[in-house]
Amino acid sequence: MIWIIISVVLGVVMITMSVISIHHKKITIAILSAGGVSLIASILYLLMAAPDVALTEAAIGSGLTTFIFFYVLNKIKKQKHVKE
Amino acid sequence: MLRNSLLILLILGLAAIMYNLYAEFTPKEKLGFVAEHYANNGKDEVGAANLVTAVVVTYRGLDTLGEVSILFLTAAIIGFFLKTKSSNNHALPKVKRYSEILGTGAKILVPIIVLLGTYVFINGHLTPGGGFQGGAIIASAFVLMLIALPRPAINHRVLSIIESLSGVSFVIIGLLGIVLAGGFLDNQIIGLGTFGTILSAGTVPIIYILVGLKVGTELTGIIRNLKEIQNEE
Amino acid sequence: MQNIGIEQISLAVGFILLLLGIWGMISQKNILKIIVSFTIFETGINVILVAIGYIRNKTAPILDSPELQTDTAEKIVDPLPQALVLTSIVIGLGVTALLLVYALKMYKQKKTLLINDYKDTKW
Repeated sequence: MIWIIISVVLGVVMITMSVISIHHKKITIAILSAGGVSLIASILYLLMAAPDVALTEAAIGSGLTTFIFFYVLNKIKKQKHVKE
Repeated sequence: MLRNSLLILLILGLAAIMYNLYAEFTPKEKLGFVAEHYANNGKDEVGAANLVTAVVVTYRGLDTLGEVSILFLTAAIIGFFLKTKSSNNHALPKVKRYSEILGTGAKILVPIIVLLGTYVFINGHLTPGGGFQGGAIIASAFVLMLIALPRPAINHRVLSIIESLSGVSFVIIGLLGIVLAGGFLDNQIIGLGTFGTILSAGTVPIIYILVGLKVGTELTGIIRNLKEIQNEE
Repeated sequence: MQNIGIEQISLAVGFILLLLGIWGMISQKNILKIIVSFTIFETGINVILVAIGYIRNKTAPILDSPELQTDTAEKIVDPLPQALVLTSIVIGLGVTALLLVYALKMYKQKKTLLINDYKDTKW
């Protein structure tokens, strides 16, 4: 029973964060909440007896993807500065 | 206005389909036919304690080879897209905002993170983990190095040599399986060893170490390419 | 009500994430926001796949204790969807990186991130 309550809470947090990441105006907050969705998904995988998938999601989906997003965002911001 | 209402209609239609799928879903009671075979015979046929590793590396090894090639192709296309005009001009980039604390911390942390990644992919056949996870952890250690140090000592040539060698050895081990054992990527070229020890499961640990090196160097290459274009202009 | 398990909750969450991702991909104008929606879509699909392979009251497919090594099929969850999701996550990173680099290339050409400003291939 306790695991069901925990998974419901995690699911509600995930859905809220994904709504934020789709509808927020600031792109940095959108990227960070998409990373948060991945991180909470990895806890959900752990509850569903899939530790391999949880490890992969935490390292790749939540870590490296966010890094690559920020590198590209940083580059785009720099180019905007050059143009003005 | 028409466009928005069409979009909402599309989403509602998709939601109806998904609801039907959800209502028809019945939780599984037991394993399917193929999974049952893997579960009952995996210990004797592959000898890996982690059945997910047994499926990824041996039973569906061809898929993993394809996956590694897709990752290689992605890294190559990204390198092609981000090709800078002044790539042969090795002028030192301007150093700005280098934090001493961050740099020293990175120098201490990077070897420890690389050690963790190596542990994860060497023990991939016994504990959760494996080549992809370990490679990603190693790549994140190099990301820390790229962020924190002003001129990180990452040699592009060494990275590409490691990457090509591990890819070629992966295919060679697979081909040796045809000659010495039952088929492509069969892991019984060398003996299976004692179940549950680090030198067990035939070639599974070797293949996962190669996959870990390849994934780690490829992801580092992608991030290094992205870092290089930060320095131009 | 009492046969609701983790797998059904995860399945519902996965379907909602999938719908939100599709909604974001077709309604947003900013290219980076479209790519963010794409990653959410991908997470939803992975959650659905893992939820399909879950079986109640069974343990992870890692045979680290002696009692798991006999009658294994009765005691573990399905390892096959987990292996597929492992592949899917790694390829997802590759696809996301490719999309981002392509967005950067497009920005260098036109200096805009809004999808409505790209009218070259409109017909």
